Parts: sequence; C-alpha cells; structure tokens
Amino acid sequence: MSDQTTSGPVLAADGTPLKRSLSRALRRQKMRALLLIAPLLLFVLITFIAPIADMLFRSVENQIVQETLPKTVEALADWDPNSGQAPDEPVFAALAADLKIAVQEKTHTRLGSRLNYELTGASSLFRKSGRAVNRMDLETDAPFKEKFADIDKNWVEPDIWRTIQTYSPRYTSGYFLNAIDMQKGPDGAEARPENQQIYIMLFKRTLFMSLVITGSCILLGYPVAWILANLPMRTANLLMILVLLPFWTSLLVRTSAWKVMLQQQGVINDVLVWLGLVADDARLVMINNQFGTIVAMTHILLPFMILPMYSVMQTIPPSYLRAAKSLGATNWTAFWRVYFPQSVPGIGAGSILVFILSIGYYITPEIVGGTTGTFISNRIAYHISSSLNWGLGAALGAILLAVVLLLYYAYDKIVGIDNVKLGG
Amino acid sequence: MRPTRILLATTSLTLAAGLASAQDMTNDMTLVSWGGAYQASQQNAYVEPYLAMHPEVTAVWDESSNEAVAKLRAMNEAGNITWDLVDVVASDAIRLCDEGLAMEYDPDELLAPGDDGTPASEDFGDLIVSECFIPQIVYSTTFGYRTDLVGDTPPTKICDVFDLDAYPGKRALEKRPINNMEWALLCDGVAKEEVYDVLATPEGQEKALAKLDTIKDSVIWWSAGADTPQLLADGEVVMGSTYNGRLFSVIEEQKQPVAMLWDAQVFDLDGWIIPAGLPEDRLARVKDFVRFATDTQRLADQAKFISYGPGRASSAPLVGQHAELGIEMAPHMPTDPNNAQNTFLYNYEFWADYRDDIDAKFQAWLAK
Repeated sequence: MSDQTTSGPVLAADGTPLKRSLSRALRRQKMRALLLIAPLLLFVLITFIAPIADMLFRSVENQIVQETLPKTVEALADWDPNSGQAPDEPVFAALAADLKIAVQEKTHTRLGSRLNYELTGASSLFRKSGRAVNRMDLETDAPFKEKFADIDKNWVEPDIWRTIQTYSPRYTSGYFLNAIDMQKGPDGAEARPENQQIYIMLFKRTLFMSLVITGSCILLGYPVAWILANLPMRTANLLMILVLLPFWTSLLVRTSAWKVMLQQQGVINDVLVWLGLVADDARLVMINNQFGTIVAMTHILLPFMILPMYSVMQTIPPSYLRAAKSLGATNWTAFWRVYFPQSVPGIGAGSILVFILSIGYYITPEIVGGTTGTFISNRIAYHISSSLNWGLGAALGAILLAVVLLLYYAYDKIVGIDNVKLGG
Repeated sequence: MRPTRILLATTSLTLAAGLASAQDMTNDMTLVSWGGAYQASQQNAYVEPYLAMHPEVTAVWDESSNEAVAKLRAMNEAGNITWDLVDVVASDAIRLCDEGLAMEYDPDELLAPGDDGTPASEDFGDLIVSECFIPQIVYSTTFGYRTDLVGDTPPTKICDVFDLDAYPGKRALEKRPINNMEWALLCDGVAKEEVYDVLATPEGQEKALAKLDTIKDSVIWWSAGADTPQLLADGEVVMGSTYNGRLFSVIEEQKQPVAMLWDAQVFDLDGWIIPAGLPEDRLARVKDFVRFATDTQRLADQAKFISYGPGRASSAPLVGQHAELGIEMAPHMPTDPNNAQNTFLYNYEFWADYRDDIDAKFQAWLAK
C-alpha cells in the first residue's frame, strides 16, 4: 500500500485513482441536479421557449405562395419584372391549373389575404378569380390569358405578378423590412412612403417612455423604500401592505380609475377649477396622451421598484450612517457617500424589472394612451388579433426582443449584472 | 406535421362515432359572443328557450368575439377546436371564411324558412354576405350627442361633427379608418355614391385624412364600444360615434341627456359562424341549435332586449316592446324608416382589400 502511494497516482479507498473517482462523483451530482430541475426545464422548453420560437419563425416564413401556386411560381421565374408587361400564356395556364386545385382545397382566399398585405386588392382578386376558375375547363378553355383578363384587368397588369414573384421564395425578409418602415421594391429594399412610416417612431417612443417611467419610479420609490427599511418592523409591515395593495386590485380597475381622476371633467380638474387655479374653459388635458400613460404606468409598476430596493436597503446596517456622522460627515455626505452606494444594487434590480415590464406593456397604453401615448406593443396586438398579419407581428416582436437583449447586454457591461440584488 | 395527424385522428374517431349513429348529438355547446347586454339578449331570446326544450343540453359562453379570428386560427393550427358556434361581425366572418376557418353552409338546408314560408336564403336576402355567415342582427355605427351641451340648435347632419365653430368641444371617434374616412369624404363634398371610388385612390385617402385633420385636436379616439357612452355620460365629449344599441342604453336605460344623430349611420351585420372541422356529433348539435336560434320568432324576440334590427325580413313585423322598459322598440331600430333616411352599408369587399393599406396610413397619420 505504501508503495503505491509513493510511486503511482493517488487512489481512493476502492482502489480507483482519486481524480477519476472525484470526477465521477461530481458528474453523478450534476446528473442528480439536472434530473431535479428536469421537470421545470422541460416545462419551460415546451410551454415557453418552443411557442415563442415558433411564433418568431413566422417573421420569415413565407411558404404559402409556393405551396398554393407551385406551377405558376416555376413558370414565372423567367419573367422580367421590369418589362412593364404581364407574363405570357404559359404562366396563365399554370395559374389556372394551380387555382383549380387551390379552390378545391380552399386555399386561394388565404393566399389572397396574404398577398393583400403587400398589394391592395389581392384579396378580392383571388376570391373573384377562384369562383371563375372553378367554372373553367382546363382542357378546352385555353387561351387563359384572355379569360383572366375578363375576370379582372389587374391580371394583365404587371403589379400582381411582380408581387407574386417577389414573395415566391419560401423565406422572406419582407416582414422585417416592413417592421422597420421599409419594403421590397423592384430594386431591393427601399423606404416606405412617408405617409406609411410608423414603426421606427413607435420603437423610439416605447424606449423613451419606458425610460421616463423607470426614472419616475426610481424618484418616487426610493424615499418610500427608505422609510419602509428604517421603520420598526411592525409599522413597516403595515405600510408594506399599502405598497402591495395595488397588486391585489385588477389592472383594468386601476387604469380606469386614472381615467376618472385625470379626465377633463375628472376629480383633479374639478378640484383645480374649484380652487380657482384653472379656468373652467381651460381644463388641463392629462389623459389620452403621453402624460396619462406615464402617470398610470408609473403607478402600476411602482411596487416592482420598491420591493427590490426595500430588501436591499434592509441589509444596510444603520450603524454605518452613525459611524459616518460621528466622523464628522453632514447628513447629505453620509447619505450620498455611505448609504446610497450600498443601495445601488436595489435600484439596478428595480430598474431592470420596471424597464423590461414597461417596454412590453400593452393594456394601459391602449386605454389611456390616446394617439401620442401608445407603444409598439399596441401595434403588435393589432396585427396578431385584428389584421391577422402574424408575420409582421412576429417581426415586430422579434425586434423588440432583440432590443431588450441588447440593452440587457449593455447594462451588464456598464453596471454589471452581479451588481443587481433582489434581496438579502 | 403534428396538427394534421391530430386532425386525422379526430376525423377518424368522429367517423367511427358517426357510423355508430348518425343522429348522435353532444350535449355540451360552447358559444362565443361579446359579453354584456348583447350576449344577455342572446341568452334570453334563444339560449334559454332552447335549453328549456332540451334539458339535457348545457351551453357555456366564452366572451371572446373580440379576438375570435386570431383565436380560431390558433385553435385550427393546434388542431383542437373548442368552440361550437361563434358570434362575429360580418367582416370577420368573411375573413374567417377566406382563411378556411369557418364552415360554408347552404342557407335553405341549415336554416328554417320564415314563418310566412319564405325560404331562408330569400328571408335573409343580401345579408348573407359570405358563404359562411349566418346573419342575426343589423346594427349601426352612429353618433350620439349631449343635448345640454349643443345649445338651442342640436346637430342634425353628419357634417356637424366636423363643425367646430357651431359645436365646440371634444368628439369621440373610433380609432380605425373604417367609417371615419367615409364620413370625412362625405363632408368634404364627395357625393355619397362616389365615396368608395374616391377612397380607393391615394389622393382620396389624403383628402379624407386632411378633412379629419381639421378636427384631430378635438378628438378622443376610442377602441372599445363602451368608451363613447361613458365619455358622453361624463360630459367629456359633446358627441361621439358608437353602436346604436349602446346609445339606446345610455338614453333609455340610464336616462342620460343624450340624443341620437342618425344621419349617415353605417349599417353593419353581426351573426354566427360555425368553425370548420367540427366533429360530427358536435356539428349535429350546433346545426340543431342554429336552426332554432335564427328562426323568425327568435330573432324578433331578441329585439325585445336590445335595439338591434333582426336579420330576417319576416321578423320585422313581430318586433314588439322592450322586455323591461315596456317602450316600443320599432322607433329605436336603425332600420326604422325615420332613422334610415340617409344610410351607408359597410362596404365589405372594399375594406377587405383596402383595410391593411389605409390602416397603415391612418395610424401613421394618427401618430403624427
């Protein structure tokens, strides 16, 4: 035994080298940990990551054109979109054959809605043509070009063909271009007409207003958190209930309450008029604009700022402040040089929470935002639930996600994510 | 793909069930509607009578009509349709039909003939705007105004909405181009029959937005039908557009100082669609229910609870008094000759084509 210990590697009790034995034990430990979190991991993967990935995938997916009109897309490949002429008879024959099948499977109107996002009128063009093609006979009704011209003269214009050709690939950058106020033109990407540009402005507004809301949450939340942290436990707990109370009220009720408060015939304006501070015919406009959105969202998100601040401040021993003062610091110096730096991790955590929550906020801006206080999420909601343009909604969502991740990365580089504490 | 396989599995299951007995009907129905007074009118007029006739059946409401199109599409992709009958506005029905999410039906086979013997396809007539759409009611989007805030000369014409000198104060308009663009053109001197020709051109769209621009600073934009009645009741706005049934309830049920401005009201339709791909036994139950719920008497009964006109021509003479207020309902119907002197019918085909394009311009204009 002594020979082995001096010449060979260190061995464990069962005779295997200690290194291998140790790594095996560690691996087993890791496996056990992995098994323990496996249910949650699977749950998150299946119910969270997968649906989001599937939704984001729609921002580039564009198989419908090729699947509905396979022959047409093939025949159209040689057509020159800049010729200013509609393609020739073979393309129309292919279209008739494709539409015949599409009508039976009822996919032609779906394609029409899809192309209508790019070319106004495609929806009714396909609905109308589907009905007519159903009555056509593929064998005897040639030539088809005249037949389609009879159905709708748009078929012999180049526009619809250009759109079909541009959107025939299985994957498209069209949705993403649309999401940054651009479009696919004959010569590649180009800016949309100025009277249709909206998304870049909404992205900027969303970021700006989220920053303002985060800022006002810090200003309002910091003193509250400080008081809570420095009061005796019993009083603090009582006050804590007041902070948490809004959590237990419906979001809609709270938002509507702000409407009652802020509107022109509302409580605040009534009081101001009664006090004589504001003339009756010049009541303040405080709702259905940016101001209303910032006020209502600051109120709703405030607890997310106060709670992390409070739990960090609780861990700062009051003796530090006393020590600073006994060494001659003024109240302000003691606070600013000693207390505040220690509370920064709480501000960091609260800011991240509030900022990320507000950047994706939807319901409050919808109700109190009017036209100047709406966020990008309101447009995403419109495209998901109303216009059914899920591709564009997904592209907008993907950009928003990328922006948040980028900001998070920048935050980590500048402040350091280790510097964020949610408590203790 | 997985959804297809699930779909196949369900179809084969239903086939097996169908073979066992063609008359099998499930006893559970999930009906989708808008909630509020409208859903209550449906509950009172035909769901409760139906349940009384068939005690073994239970009906569950899902108040999701607002998001019906998106939800049905998601259900369809997941291969699991949980709804049996969905109440949607006609434009959504057309969209669902285009997307293949709603079932096409034959009116004369599915729906009962009128009580005067008229076949359903004639009784509903032009209101069947899509092969999938089963009409229930005609409603209109129109204006209401505060009688105490408009002085001695109450507004009588749609263009008074654009007249800030005669009627200063805020107006409530819906946050979408539909209807607003038509009204703007009409008040910019475009003849009624040319409105959609003009609106189809970029210049016409600019013209309409320019007209709306003249009152933009005085507009509160609404997105929920309940907004305008509330704004009127609070005195926040002088006048505002909303659905006529909402105004009826503000005026007659809540007794607010509000009156109707029927001029240039826009008719629209609301009705049922049956989701595509229902299993045989559920479809059988839904068909049985729909036949009952859209017959002449049931549609006339609905008008006792809400001021929307019945979708059948044969129901109109049967419209009586309000179930609780006891007032005659006929003068409150948007279709009443006195109210319908100057009307629009929602142009479904136009908006199906132009909605995406004009909405982009409208929203960009709004955000400016």
